[in-house]
Amino acid sequence: MNFDFSDDQKFLKAEARKFLEANSPTTRVRTVLNDDATPHDAALWKAVGEQGWLGAAIPEAYGGLGLGHLELCVIAEELGRSLAPIPFASTVYFLAESVMLAGDEAQKADILPRIAAGEVIGALATSEGPGVVGPATVGATVSGGWLSGVKLPVTDGGIADLALVLAKENGQAGLYLVDLNGAGVSRETLTTLDPTRDAAKLTFKDAPAQRLGAAGEGFPLLEQVLDRAAVLLAFEQCGGADRALEMARDYALERYAFGRVIGSYQAIKHKLADMYIKNQVARSNAYYGAWALNTSAPELPVAASAARIAACEAYWYAAKENIETHGGIGFTWEMDCHLYYRRSRQLALVAGAPRVWKERLVSHLERRNAA
Amino acid sequence: MDFKDTPEEAAYRAQVRDWLTANAPKHGFPLDTSKPDYMPRAKVWQAEKAAAGYACITWPKDWGGQGGTPVQNVIYAEEEGPYQTPSALFSIGLGMCLPTVMTVADEATKTRFVGPAMRGEEIWCQLFSEPSGGSDVAAVRTRAVRSDDGSGDWIINGQKVWTTGAQFSDYGIIITRTDPDVPKHKGMTMFWVDMRDPGVEVRPIHQMSGGSKFNEVFITDVRVKDSQRLGAVGDGWKVSLVTLMNERLSVSGVRPPGWPAFLDAARATPEAMQDRALREKLADWYVQAEGLRHTRNRTMTALSKGETPGPESSIGKIVLTDYLHDLSSEAVDMLDQYGIIDDPALSPANAAPQAMWVGNPGLRLAGGTDEILRNIIAERVLGLPGDIRVDKDVAFKDMPRGR
Amino acid sequence: MDFSDTPEEAAYRKAARDWLAAHAPKHNFPVKMHEPDFLPRAKLWQAEKAAAGYACITWPKEWGGQGGTAVQNVIFLQEEQPYDAPVQAFTVGLGMCLPTVMTLSDEETKQRFVGPGIRGEEVWCQLFSEPSGGSDVASVRTRAVRAEDDSGDWIINGQKVWTSGAHHADFGIIITRTDPDAPKHKGMTMFWVDMRDPGVEVRPIHQMSGGSHFNEVFLTEVRVKDSQRLGAVNEGWKASLVTLMNERLTVSGGGHANWGQFLQAAREVVGGDGASALQDRALREKLADWYVQAEGLKHTRNRTMTALSKGETPGPENSIGKLVLTTYVQELANQAVEMMDQYGIIADPALTPLRGVLQAAALSSPGSRLAGGTDEILRNIIAERVLGLPGEIRLDKSVAFKDLPTGR
Repeated sequence: MNFDFSDDQKFLKAEARKFLEANSPTTRVRTVLNDDATPHDAALWKAVGEQGWLGAAIPEAYGGLGLGHLELCVIAEELGRSLAPIPFASTVYFLAESVMLAGDEAQKADILPRIAAGEVIGALATSEGPGVVGPATVGATVSGGWLSGVKLPVTDGGIADLALVLAKENGQAGLYLVDLNGAGVSRETLTTLDPTRDAAKLTFKDAPAQRLGAAGEGFPLLEQVLDRAAVLLAFEQCGGADRALEMARDYALERYAFGRVIGSYQAIKHKLADMYIKNQVARSNAYYGAWALNTSAPELPVAASAARIAACEAYWYAAKENIETHGGIGFTWEMDCHLYYRRSRQLALVAGAPRVWKERLVSHLERRNAA
Repeated sequence: MDFKDTPEEAAYRAQVRDWLTANAPKHGFPLDTSKPDYMPRAKVWQAEKAAAGYACITWPKDWGGQGGTPVQNVIYAEEEGPYQTPSALFSIGLGMCLPTVMTVADEATKTRFVGPAMRGEEIWCQLFSEPSGGSDVAAVRTRAVRSDDGSGDWIINGQKVWTTGAQFSDYGIIITRTDPDVPKHKGMTMFWVDMRDPGVEVRPIHQMSGGSKFNEVFITDVRVKDSQRLGAVGDGWKVSLVTLMNERLSVSGVRPPGWPAFLDAARATPEAMQDRALREKLADWYVQAEGLRHTRNRTMTALSKGETPGPESSIGKIVLTDYLHDLSSEAVDMLDQYGIIDDPALSPANAAPQAMWVGNPGLRLAGGTDEILRNIIAERVLGLPGDIRVDKDVAFKDMPRGR
Repeated sequence: MDFSDTPEEAAYRKAARDWLAAHAPKHNFPVKMHEPDFLPRAKLWQAEKAAAGYACITWPKEWGGQGGTAVQNVIFLQEEQPYDAPVQAFTVGLGMCLPTVMTLSDEETKQRFVGPGIRGEEVWCQLFSEPSGGSDVASVRTRAVRAEDDSGDWIINGQKVWTSGAHHADFGIIITRTDPDAPKHKGMTMFWVDMRDPGVEVRPIHQMSGGSHFNEVFLTEVRVKDSQRLGAVNEGWKASLVTLMNERLTVSGGGHANWGQFLQAAREVVGGDGASALQDRALREKLADWYVQAEGLKHTRNRTMTALSKGETPGPENSIGKLVLTTYVQELANQAVEMMDQYGIIADPALTPLRGVLQAAALSSPGSRLAGGTDEILRNIIAERVLGLPGEIRLDKSVAFKDLPTGR
């Protein structure tokens, strides 16, 4: 039994934390929050690229570091903890993973080295309106290599270079690569609950598109991509949830009411204990997801669902109760509490809401425990 | 048991309704709070109410009220509610500040202030909370010291926070520390202050939801006459209890959107409305909302019979904010990825769920955190002992404190 | 990161598995605690384990253990669990009482008790809780006073409660109040007592679930020698911490209602619309939540195991276990009963899906939330020991025990 990260991976995590504390303090996150003209932290994005993190899990043959996904997990946790306002998930978890899973040799050779070098920002465009994405919601179409349709919200759609777009060709769903800087693409920035992350409405009108993977395999491929992303997002969520708990704990130890620190009252102590419990349940599930991801185990869909459900719940609880623990000041714009509150929702929705993952999980359990 | 007004109540309601129909529509409510004519127009409405006797229904006729009952007050609030009038602007002054003035000030002060406030000519705010004391109202650090010129005046220095309406206010009641050498509840004194004094600086607080409903108020060398004192020196805590008791009695006509907003948003996602998991939650929220509505009906009934309402109304805020938190996050999640969009033009139900989701943490804190409200229920309703207090017998200056 | 044993662990597992396969089946377990031959059969199995060195794996060899690691212990427990052996008769004695004896008593006492304890010849119980002190272990009122005859003996009078296995036990360790004038943590002393003493009366407690796993123990004029004292006079609180620390180290296996049972029951329950309850998305969401809780606990244990396997001290994350488990089991069991609608009220195993295990769990779960620390005490422990928040303000630290306010 070795259900832990290696010493090298822990070292990487410690280095990542140091790096992000220096390069992504919440003062920098606030620049993105407050300034509509700054959709992400471009300097941090460049620096993260120089660290090699973008290509951590990309094979050396394609310009990456050729490390495993466990390394990516520890980086993800630190990105989540620091609220890094960069398109890392869109580019690495969604685009790079998709290309590694389903790309042909030419696509891999074209795209992966550019991702590793920090030259391409990715985006995944599946949603077209309110509600769960499924075969019935795909209105975008491809015909003769030209894609048309509208997608929103697309996380990082305003800054991305290359999008992976869910569309139908001859009635069959597929994932298509579209150059967002090319012809037939227009973008509109969206107002969202988390202004520290970019989101856009993308309108395609006969934009050149290239299919990723086999015809008609859009949804199976999307599920695979989402399973892998769910694990990495769960680590971001664990990082954020732990930071929210630390903030609440620190404040409870320094704030006095009625002559005592508020952390000496059971109402606050029990609240923080519950945050800790949820965070640990999330972390343990995330570790199992990491193992399944790294070994491409058949358990991955179940492990990823559990990791995502637990992480969504833990981050939501930690973020909202962190505000409550801070009292009125926690509700001000200047305190960092709301940055975690907002990010908890962004991460809970970006790969589909928990409700959807619960249904997927139980479907798997049902098959596994067949009568 | 029935829900009907008594004949007297029905008559009062009919009279109120007629008056509102005749007078409210011409004002073009709701007013746009961002327009410069917001305040003058709000004041015109308040003056009109005052002239008709509806400004402070339960106050004695001597002071411009109707000498009416709490039930008549609630009836009026129910009838006025749909017109979306700007009454909130005056609620702190008329609900808390002026009742305090009327209870503890001398005749000249009362005569000076009550009429103009009732007619909406002057607006009041309440300067109680401080950065170091939110739940703990008595942890006041703003100092008032006697001026050393023998005038008997007081000089006030300090900072208040979470002051609603300070930016509009003409006057405020302020609680200060006058003796830091005695235990904290014993060394406070209350005054009224002129908010136009150059030593008073009002800065809006930027909330996480983006709005700025509250203010910080910095008070630097503000000189007040001893005649501005409300109550005896050192009796500030007792006087503040008068104010806070009035706060508890003020009936709010504002009802935040609840489960109907969820149903509204759900129209955009027919699949979600077929999801039994969401349907179960909707049923739970409905039951919470109805529980609150009928708890209010029980309170109304007690008022209508002239009885003191029972403690059951104290559950209101906890139940409401708890269920709204749950409801708004589910409503956002129901839209899946699309839920992140916070644009009234694009989001179902004009992004009401998103607005609720961002505003809720504040709703949970304002007017008492969940934790404080649970303590109040446990202690005042169920009779459990209070928390062990370490701040009762210690001189205020010797109390341990954080930042 | 992987789930496989190290080569050494794998070798140990194989040896344990082979030994169990050779020895366990002939015992025809399970045997239930209320069956008359429970204790003799349990003792037989314990003796066999002791002879093979599997009774107390982590104990030093000189005391009959293997000098093994915590991981080896867990490996053996994992392998033993499927056989459903009646090991619970010995967990209190070997997990808590004898480690206390081994830490605090003289050589002669150790020689006398450790061997028979390990071999299952003698069963021990722990006499700590009292009616007036549940979460507050130190509020002991059972008195021990010196006999007036100068023998140095002590006379014990009082009442203990929630004593597991007292009806099977030969000996017990007991915490008593010897100085009521001292503050409460300073006036206690620990002894071992002979449970066959005529002054010891054991009465079963009838639980709300119908079972009787615990006892009340009444002690009337029980005379013990001063040599039966464990630790110094008035240092019983320190002695009890030795015992309770050992409690925290015992790894519990234990069956409880689980998501798999719920899933199976949901499949069997068909509603008025002809669909099984398993098709109800509201129940499916809950099932997903419970699965996530169960997996969270399983993998938290895996993290702890990994730390043990590396020879590190496990992190505090293991402290969440009981809270998470008992909370979700209570919710799951009650939801299962509700899922059966009117029929859910039937508790007859012959008529109920899964032979009524979920109904039984609905009744036993309130007790599980209490035993071994209430939810509230466990949250305090996490808040204080893990998160570093201050303890409650204590009014009982510097007051003479006899002057402390008490309830009934």
